[in-house]
Amino acid sequence: MKMLDRRLLTDRIVRGIASTLAVLALVLLAWILWTLVYRGATALSLSVFTEPTMPPGRNGGLANAVVGSLVQVAIGLAIATPVGLLAGTWLAEMGRGRFADAVRFVNDVLLSAPSILIGLFVYELLVKPFAGFSAIAGAAALAVLILPVVVRATEDMLRLVPGSLREAAFALGASHHSVVVHVLWRAARAGIVTGILLAVARAAGETAPLLFTSLGNLGWSFDLDKPMASLPVTIYQYAGSPFDEWVALAWAGALVITVGVLALNILSRVVLAPRGKASK
Amino acid sequence: MNIELSEMSEQLRQRRAAAVDDGRDAATKISIEALDFFYGDSKALHTIDMKIPEKRVTAMIGPSGCGKSTLLRVLNRMYDLYPGQKAEGRVLLDGEDILSPDVPAAALRRRVGMVFQKPTPFPMSIRDNIAFGIKLGEKVSKSELDDRIEWSLTKAALWNEVKDRLHSSAVGLSGGQQQRLCIARTVAVKPEVVLLDEPTSALDPISTARIEELIDELKSEFTIVIVTHNMQQAARCSDMTGFFLLGKLIEFGPTSDIFTAPKDERTQDYITGRFG
Repeated sequence: MKMLDRRLLTDRIVRGIASTLAVLALVLLAWILWTLVYRGATALSLSVFTEPTMPPGRNGGLANAVVGSLVQVAIGLAIATPVGLLAGTWLAEMGRGRFADAVRFVNDVLLSAPSILIGLFVYELLVKPFAGFSAIAGAAALAVLILPVVVRATEDMLRLVPGSLREAAFALGASHHSVVVHVLWRAARAGIVTGILLAVARAAGETAPLLFTSLGNLGWSFDLDKPMASLPVTIYQYAGSPFDEWVALAWAGALVITVGVLALNILSRVVLAPRGKASK
Repeated sequence: MNIELSEMSEQLRQRRAAAVDDGRDAATKISIEALDFFYGDSKALHTIDMKIPEKRVTAMIGPSGCGKSTLLRVLNRMYDLYPGQKAEGRVLLDGEDILSPDVPAAALRRRVGMVFQKPTPFPMSIRDNIAFGIKLGEKVSKSELDDRIEWSLTKAALWNEVKDRLHSSAVGLSGGQQQRLCIARTVAVKPEVVLLDEPTSALDPISTARIEELIDELKSEFTIVIVTHNMQQAARCSDMTGFFLLGKLIEFGPTSDIFTAPKDERTQDYITGRFG
């Protein structure tokens, strides 16, 4: 039974290596989270959410950055969702032939494009030719970031809808339009919403696309033509500053953003859950 | 098998004795003339000629891949959804060639409804499942809609089970209930022809029996064409039976003749279980 001993040994060794690496990965993650919670929580207070950023020496908050992030992500989402939904639907329902393959390929490239590149692209497109840095440019950059995820999620989720459901809707005499709007979108809704939420979570944490577009703003601004603050950019600026209170605020901001992204991820799982149960 | 067969012929004799008229004397609802069907380059149906009688149940039997489901999908032009599939020949519904591009597929499918092998409830409430089809083609008031929903669910023998939960999700129904919902949904559109593609193959025996009873009741109002793998089912609920093999219609006639005195040896072999 030498053969068996060798197999058992191999099994133990591989298992040992795999477990060690898994623990290592988890330890790193826990370390990051712990540092974040520890440093962030001590700097966290109500004023972080009520006060805007202030010059060094005065106790400010991050309210303008939080609001700026929300505004830009919301506008980005409002631009990317309809376009992405329709493009994804077109790919799933009508996308045959070379042109569709090209669209799919370009979308995949966009999906993995470095976000700094997207920032530069929008800079060339919307910042340089016009008045300069603006919240709308920042939102556009985030939209470009969100778009390919929505396209992909929509197409994939629509393709997962059983063909029999599609045929059943057609069999009732429905037009292609009603089949898509009333049956397919509904059947794929949970998956598509999950994709959108994950895309939002990613966009909310991106710094690079905003650096050249909405730039950041130390004060309050609701003007979409003007530079606007955002959490990631503020964190980027504050974390590297020589002032202790700014560094502390950067930690607080990092904690806020992490909790927000985590909440979106959990929400996306909750959205997906009933569907999983229904399909047994 | 022999016992089953003698049971089947016994049932058939009783039906004849009860003067149940089969499709021989009924008017023709659908006339299929020299129909060929292609999946790309491969030919799936070879010159099918068949007259489907009005308000009768016509069964199509045969081994897997013989073309019976393909033929069913020609009758409501379901194949239209897939480029590369095409039908040649004529299929006359009340004398009008439905293969003609002048006949819009959506309009045809409102006259020729279809129920599929696996229950396909839409991800919405029971009520909306039925309202969906009705609202596609007609403007109806809410009370008319409610009446029609009750009528169709009653037709499908489902009303009593779901009347108190019309607004809950259709996905929560049992398999048999889902299939009856699909029948109700199809009937609600008031089609002239109902196509059933192995409607009970995913169901338990009790649900199957209910669906078969239902088929028997529905034929007073609708022309029914059913594809089935279950020969007893064909014998039990159909008036006319067509036997298909390798894309050809081998034999077509009154169900009692097909099961008791088939003219073709291949039909005989199939119904006695020698192959397929």
